[in-house]
Amino acid sequence: MQDPGILYVIAVAIPLASFLILLIGGKRLGIVAAYIACAAILTSFAISTYGLVRYAREGNLFAAPAHHGGEAHGQSTKPSATFVAFRADADHQAGESAEHSPHDSEQGHDGGLVWSGQIRWTAFGEDEIRLGYHVDNLTVVMFFMVTLVASLIHIYSIGYMHEELHDPVHDPLAVERGQPPLERPGRFPRFFTYLSLFCFSMLGLVLSDNIFLVFVFWELVGVCSYLLIGFYYERRSAYRAAIKAFVTNRVGDFGMIVGLAIIWTTLGTFTFEETRVALAEGKLSGVLLTVAGLCIFAGCVGKSAQFPLHVWLPDAMEGPTPVSALIHAATMVAAGVYLVGRFYFLFSPEALLIIAIVGGITLFMAGTIAIVQTDIKRVLAYSTISQLGYMMLGLGVGGWVAGLFHLITHAFFKALLFLCSGSVIHAAGTQEMPEMGGLLRKMPITAITMLVGTLAIAGIPLFSGYYSKDAILAYTLYFAQQNGGLLGPALFLLAIGGAAITSFYMFRLWFMTFTGEPRDHHVYEHAHESPPVMTIPLIVLAVLSLIGGYGLGIGQPPAIELALQNGPAAHGAVFHPPHDVHTLAGTFAFGAVVLGIGLAVLFYGIQLLSPDDVAAQFPRLYQFLWNKWYFDELYAFLFVRPVLRISQWARSFDWNIIDGIVDGTAAWTVRLATMDGRFDFFIIDGIVNILGEVTYWFGERVRRIQTGLIRQYIVFLVVGTVAALALLFYVTSLFAR
Amino acid sequence: MTEAIPLQAVLIVSAAMFVCGALCMATKRNAVGILMGVELVLNASNLNFVAFAQYTPFGLDGQMFALFGIVMPAAEAAIALAIILNFYNNHLTVDVDRANELKL
Repeated sequence: MQDPGILYVIAVAIPLASFLILLIGGKRLGIVAAYIACAAILTSFAISTYGLVRYAREGNLFAAPAHHGGEAHGQSTKPSATFVAFRADADHQAGESAEHSPHDSEQGHDGGLVWSGQIRWTAFGEDEIRLGYHVDNLTVVMFFMVTLVASLIHIYSIGYMHEELHDPVHDPLAVERGQPPLERPGRFPRFFTYLSLFCFSMLGLVLSDNIFLVFVFWELVGVCSYLLIGFYYERRSAYRAAIKAFVTNRVGDFGMIVGLAIIWTTLGTFTFEETRVALAEGKLSGVLLTVAGLCIFAGCVGKSAQFPLHVWLPDAMEGPTPVSALIHAATMVAAGVYLVGRFYFLFSPEALLIIAIVGGITLFMAGTIAIVQTDIKRVLAYSTISQLGYMMLGLGVGGWVAGLFHLITHAFFKALLFLCSGSVIHAAGTQEMPEMGGLLRKMPITAITMLVGTLAIAGIPLFSGYYSKDAILAYTLYFAQQNGGLLGPALFLLAIGGAAITSFYMFRLWFMTFTGEPRDHHVYEHAHESPPVMTIPLIVLAVLSLIGGYGLGIGQPPAIELALQNGPAAHGAVFHPPHDVHTLAGTFAFGAVVLGIGLAVLFYGIQLLSPDDVAAQFPRLYQFLWNKWYFDELYAFLFVRPVLRISQWARSFDWNIIDGIVDGTAAWTVRLATMDGRFDFFIIDGIVNILGEVTYWFGERVRRIQTGLIRQYIVFLVVGTVAALALLFYVTSLFAR
Repeated sequence: MTEAIPLQAVLIVSAAMFVCGALCMATKRNAVGILMGVELVLNASNLNFVAFAQYTPFGLDGQMFALFGIVMPAAEAAIALAIILNFYNNHLTVDVDRANELKL
């Protein structure tokens, strides 16, 4: 095929076709629905693998750069006095390379390989919006990651959602007070319908070449998230969580729409490439550029669950666990980070600073909350928020490659962790960690794979999380060194603290679930290892979590890192902190991780210290963390309750005024009609009736004459004639005189 | 005998006949009697036609009308007698006072 980009379009369309088939097929399909969906996403995966291999060959993706290494940081080790410096550096590079023809389909920016194509969609005045695909190294890597993780989760779901095949399904959690347990029809095909739609949306989002199309898919992804969080919609908590997720995302998307409007009005284009060229020419700068960046970032904050819009993600755990893994850990929430990475050139240094601060706050806050949660999925949800914070921090401090690298590795190990937790929930029938314990013997495969995921997310050397997280920390430390003031060191401290906290709560989770004495014997007896259809994806993801950070050879830098920086998507934003900074950051990080793991072992592994004592020691802090920093309460006070009050006012206005007007009009109409009816009844009908009455009365009188006696008639006749003649004579005699 | 009969005489006779006929119609209950009264009235009028005809410039007009006045009652009598016979068939009487069934 001449242009492999078309292949990617097909790879996006296949899940859409699967979605349509499942939608039409409906409930009849049964387990076939799963096979269709799996086949679709596996085909997409095959295509993306082919695309990756071909792109790697043609675009020289995995070539180690000559300047990589300790001695060759010339351009970026120049001391820069302000944090603006490295951006200027990057802009300089971008400006240089913009001399290449940006519209060249094959050889795009930086001479990198780009497969792209467009069709005209619609026009506003002279400016037109085009639909297009844009395949560069970021797309290739993201596409590969999404299809891979989605395929594994599809397969896993066949096992996990097996219960939905039965008819009816008992849902013990969907019980209203005083009601019998709910029985409902199974919804197995519907689940895969939604999954297919989600895959289509996510892949479309990654492939789009303009921010407008991204926004469309962005919303589609949000809708899928809504549908899947509310999958058990009989449960009160589930549908509330679905609404919460949707509304919270709306807040961020509002900002995004404003950002789109700014870009459209100032630059007259939506495509990333044209936006980049226009920005390089300086068509949009200063405050407005920062505002545009922050507005776009607001959408990313909502989607990627960053502070202060993170509140929806923990509640989103009400959905089935594969959904949590696919949408709320591996791919959809990564869309925000992806968009920041894709639109990196839009963000002014000030905007990037905000992004870094938001990321830093998020990662620390979410980490602290995760420490005290007892619901296994909630711990993972907060760890997701925390890791997304890392990515944002990495992007914010200039580590474009580091942030996106972490996005990929995180997708692998977070999907793994969620699927493991799903396996545990499936086996134990509960999500509460205090009811588990000692499950290692019962379900060894899940336990071992989850340990791999835990080691990866904690950042133990040789596991993938180590490479990506260390890179982010290195960039943060470099940022702190380059820029004076307290902000940089504060961010670095947050990140290091976050690393320690991450390892602590992850090992707490693992120890509480799999080691120690069984705390609930009923749960323990009930537990069993999951079927192979669930464990095989776990093993594959565990392998990926292990090797995700490896290079293609001994001593090579990580392959994903190379793939990200060796292409046009980086737009010259790539620089490397000096080696000694990297080493220093790595040392700090390793110390923090060891500290966290040590504490976890002390508390939960060998149980030398009791966490209850600590909680009793600091009751205020414990309550603060247990209630998630009181964010829900704060939002309830600040937004939800005022909105409810306003809506009550509006309701009473509606009830009293609007309805009053309508009701009043109706009442007046009725009154008028009554009067009209009376007029009709009494006057019109009255006249007609009187006419009839008079006629009747007259007839009654006249009929007396009609005796039927013929002789009488003759008498009348004669008498009448005589009388008439007499009258005639009399009258003529009068006139004659 | 060649002297003409005065008009008054004829009119008196005709008037007497008319009154007799009218009285007959008014008093008789027998349908045939009433029919006879009708004949009297008509013949009184015929007499008048003939009597007045002498004083008109139109020749035999009066006589012509009188002829009509004879022929028409003949036809009329035929119909009337047929009605009376039918009435008798149904009611075994020719009393006109009993013929009041068309009344409501």
